[in-house]
Amino acid sequence: MSTNGYTSWAVDLAEVGPIYPFQGYEVLMVIIGVVFWIGWHRIQFVREGEHLEKARHTGDEEKVKAQLERY
Amino acid sequence: MDGNLNALTTIFTEFYYWVTVVFMFLIHVGFCMYEVGASRARNHMHTLMKNIMIIPLVTVTFFFFGWWIYWAFPNFPFWGGLDAEAGAANLPWADTMATNVSDRITGVFWAAFLLFSWTAASIVSGSVIERIRSSALWVHAVMIGSVWWIIDAAWGWHYGGWMVRILGYHDAYASGVIHAIAGGYALGVIMVLGPRLGKFAKDGTPRDIPPHNPWLLTIGIFLIYTGFWGFYAACNVPVISPEGIDGQITGVTWTATNIYLAPTTLSAITFNFLMSLSGGLMAAYVISKGDAFWTFSGGLAGIITASAGNDLYHPIQAMIIAAIGVVIVYKLHYWVERRFKLDDAVGAVAVHGYAGVVGLVISGFVLWGVPSSPYEGYATINPIGQITGAVIMFFVLGFLPGWALAKMQAAAGVLRIPEEVELQGLDYAEHHAYEDAKTAIIEADKQELAARAGAAAK
Repeated sequence: MSTNGYTSWAVDLAEVGPIYPFQGYEVLMVIIGVVFWIGWHRIQFVREGEHLEKARHTGDEEKVKAQLERY
Repeated sequence: MDGNLNALTTIFTEFYYWVTVVFMFLIHVGFCMYEVGASRARNHMHTLMKNIMIIPLVTVTFFFFGWWIYWAFPNFPFWGGLDAEAGAANLPWADTMATNVSDRITGVFWAAFLLFSWTAASIVSGSVIERIRSSALWVHAVMIGSVWWIIDAAWGWHYGGWMVRILGYHDAYASGVIHAIAGGYALGVIMVLGPRLGKFAKDGTPRDIPPHNPWLLTIGIFLIYTGFWGFYAACNVPVISPEGIDGQITGVTWTATNIYLAPTTLSAITFNFLMSLSGGLMAAYVISKGDAFWTFSGGLAGIITASAGNDLYHPIQAMIIAAIGVVIVYKLHYWVERRFKLDDAVGAVAVHGYAGVVGLVISGFVLWGVPSSPYEGYATINPIGQITGAVIMFFVLGFLPGWALAKMQAAAGVLRIPEEVELQGLDYAEHHAYEDAKTAIIEADKQELAARAGAAAK
């Protein structure tokens, strides 16, 4: 049993093509990848919105002034 | 692989592009350093993160659809349908887009294009620092990096692209296909985004917002120069036979070619890269009266201006064209800033966008009548084709999509950070946490020291 279809490298490389595991499931892997990508944007978008809303009300005037002076 | 010569050529080409990719990584390092150096201390971490996350987001999307667009879109939609046959091997589920012993080149070729995608997105990133939401910029990064620039590459930076065939479009080292489009896109976004607080006085006079760390800027731009070498090399096919090109070239002499498979040499682009860098630096020094950052950026703008034709120019032509481009770009930048009250924080629209457009226009005259391709039936290079190409790159595929998406984001209230946050700085929470943690650990150490002193005294 082998996940990529080869159990030995006693082969003629001219006849070898893909050697990654789980061949035949490429479309499923792409779907998982796209969900991961879109999901990341969603999580980041929501978190940033919450953070910015909270940050609007957290600035201490003295500390902000000190930051401005620091440039 | 059929025979040793083919095997060696394939392995050499594979390794060649792989090296260019490593070099081009330095462009992104340089952009990050430049942006952080240009931003103020209160925004450093967010500025850096904004640019760093371009890397994974553009990479995965370029894998999912960007690379396929390049192969499927050369004639789509105006001059034919999608090229499904060429696109098939470059779909994300194709077995050539993975570990495959019978295909040794797709991955490195994909990566060479991908690094251009990062550059396009990173150019936009610099112009919007200190006031854009990261989430908004990252959507723009995906769109410019994995959609718009690669459509322009399919049209005008592909041996069979319709712009090359019909317009005679010639843009060997991407004056238009990377720089003009990214500059135009950035212009569209900053037009909607608005300037940073304090950039303009009440009477509309622009204020200079000096960089927080000039040395970081300097090293950043020098790294961009360095990475640009890799970019130039990546735009060439390193060695190919006339038989491999299968066009009008006769004989058996192998050659390096540009992306259109028309002949050039590594020697030529080495001459022209350095001479256009020099012309840009010299002109920028004079026009800016020795301003350090304009001089350094002028070197880059000089290369970008000459890039469209640097596969063919004489080195002195490259130098002069670079110098002319830099003078125009410098004047245009300040005119636009005063006239339209736009805040291009790192001069990206000017250095990339205007320089790219000027470079395309000049190349149309200097290379007038030169063959754009080794294949029969293609239009030769001409001013109308290059000017049309410049409009397509800067305005149609750059400015318009950037402006439209930014408008939608602004309408939804998700483009710009709140004013309070802009004033206190995007890193306020991080700085606050840092200072609190620092105070706590210093206090803990003092208590430990006092406890030990007390124990010793007993």
